[in-house]
Amino acid sequence: MAEIRVERVTKLFKPVRAVDDVSLTIADGEFMVLLGPSGCGKTTLLRSIAGLEQIDGGRIVIGDRDVTELPPRKRNIAMVFQSYAVFPHMTVFENIAFGLRMRRASKGDIDRQVREAAELLHIENLLDRFPAQTSGGQRQRIAVARALAVQPQVLLMDEPLSNLDALLRLEARAELKRLLGEIGSTTIYVTHDQVEAMSMGDRVAVMRAGKLVQVGDPLTIYNEPVDRFVGGFIGNPPMSFLPARIERRDGGAVAVLPDAGEVRIGADDGLGGHTGPILLGIRAENVEIVPAADGTMLRARVLVVEPLGSHNLVTLQVGAEQLKATTRPDERLERNQEVGLRVDPTHIRWLDTEREVAIGADHAAGPGGGQGAVTPQERDTDAPAAGA
Amino acid sequence: MTTTATEVPMARRRPGREWLIGRGLTYLAAALLALFILVPIYLITVSAFTPRADAYVFPRSVIPTAVSADSILFFLNASGVIDSFWRSVIVALITLALALLIGAPAGYAIARYAFRGRNGYRLVILATRAFPIVILAIPLAVTYRLWGIDDTILGVALMHTALALPFTVLITSSVFVSVPRELEEAAQTLGCSPLQAFLRVSLPLTLPGLAAAAIFTWVMSWNDVFAAVILTLRNPTLPAKILTALPQSPISYQFAAGFVMLVPSLVVIFFIRKYLLGLWGRVVK
Repeated sequence: MAEIRVERVTKLFKPVRAVDDVSLTIADGEFMVLLGPSGCGKTTLLRSIAGLEQIDGGRIVIGDRDVTELPPRKRNIAMVFQSYAVFPHMTVFENIAFGLRMRRASKGDIDRQVREAAELLHIENLLDRFPAQTSGGQRQRIAVARALAVQPQVLLMDEPLSNLDALLRLEARAELKRLLGEIGSTTIYVTHDQVEAMSMGDRVAVMRAGKLVQVGDPLTIYNEPVDRFVGGFIGNPPMSFLPARIERRDGGAVAVLPDAGEVRIGADDGLGGHTGPILLGIRAENVEIVPAADGTMLRARVLVVEPLGSHNLVTLQVGAEQLKATTRPDERLERNQEVGLRVDPTHIRWLDTEREVAIGADHAAGPGGGQGAVTPQERDTDAPAAGA
Repeated sequence: MTTTATEVPMARRRPGREWLIGRGLTYLAAALLALFILVPIYLITVSAFTPRADAYVFPRSVIPTAVSADSILFFLNASGVIDSFWRSVIVALITLALALLIGAPAGYAIARYAFRGRNGYRLVILATRAFPIVILAIPLAVTYRLWGIDDTILGVALMHTALALPFTVLITSSVFVSVPRELEEAAQTLGCSPLQAFLRVSLPLTLPGLAAAAIFTWVMSWNDVFAAVILTLRNPTLPAKILTALPQSPISYQFAAGFVMLVPSLVVIFFIRKYLLGLWGRVVK
């Protein structure tokens, strides 16, 4: 168990800054998810922490040891690879025992720890088999068991579920979360699947183009995305963005949406006195559809209704823009029906039109934003109160 | 609607027949290929064990009528044959060891590391084989004399190593490419140094490919006549000995010589063969 400190780490791949001045602290026992689209540098950052990549700048500290210059074997980490990287020429037992043998553990210890790890992952009946005789899901478990058997200070996982089919992935996700919760090891988990990130992480670090964009607990990331990218990346459906103008009238603020009406905002608006053009970030579940519009509501037209069982996903035309909303499954809406929308202004995320960054948010990656050295502590205290 | 119903069993039957034909053709091709290799081996063997008097009978009977080891024994007892036989074996073994010791690390480097000029290097390696050895012959003989390794086992082995290396490097590099890098990385995160990761993970997984490279190297050295003839005089390897001695010998001895040349290669291939086939029914990915 150990804290991990990533301090201003940079990794270059020729012209590209794969990881660009990233700082991040992962607390002892924390489950941190690195989330981002492919090519954003999350795997490179993970491999740098593992010692499989030599970094071009910055420092990596695990526990109280600076491991920046240490090879992987001296970092006291274990890693689960996306391809599992199970050794095909060894039995499952030998695979799990591999790390222990390298540490010259006694025969008794090896036997005991292999069996413990295998039992944790319910693969004790596979120990005599070769990997070729196991299924993909089983191989994934072997890889996790092999990593856990050495009782590492830090567990690194690189998209361990992405090669499983959808149903198995759902099951493995919950199982892995339970397992890692029991063990309580410090874990860094890389994924491009925002649902996986939300459901598993104590905190989520969103990356884009080598930079850390936002770090926070899943709900904060979901409700208070720091910019349009995060809002559009997290959540299914993603956040909708509507351009508007803020006007000040009789002591209060009003967001005027072109050809759609206006939203009255209370005094505690989280706008910081902003007026003029603005971008509204709205989550689908924060929109209430009212079949008969009155003058105080936004006007919209129903474009598509997608019944999803637990709820309906509705795509609405609001002025020139589109907005996603969810309704109860029994809500009756027709195509092209004119409806009214009620949006709680405290649930609206206000974004700067130019930079598409949330107003009041300290932004790491955007132009003119902070220069990347954003620690999670800073992030937590600086997070704006709007919509909380 | 009814057409789809009748098409389903049709669609099922047709691949069955095609499958059978495909299987038949595959076996036919395999059989032809095997015969292409086996018929000459058989004829040489039969001729080598035919009594000397029968050797000139034409047409020959495919099934031997009389068996005699006379030709073989006579050939083996001819002066210098046994010596040159062992010389050839030792040369081939040294070549095998040197080529793998030098070639496999080079192949590994080409497979694993992206270094500047990697493709050019690969091409240059191959290009060395394009250089005609005939042109090399005189300078080589002179250099060998200067260094005092002419007419020695080591000298021939060095030459064979040089000839075999390009292929050893290229074969082993393609073999190492087939082992995912992540396997070695996983071993490194589990406590291995890069060398240990190679020895414990990559090497066992690449044994079949390395065995193929070994066979190739062995055969190359065992079969080489040209370099051996240039570089040896009183201490020839077996092919060099046969080449210089046999044109004047009766045909039965030529077959006997062919047989003696054949057997060691078959023995070597027989022993390496078990590494050629995957040992673990493995699925690497």
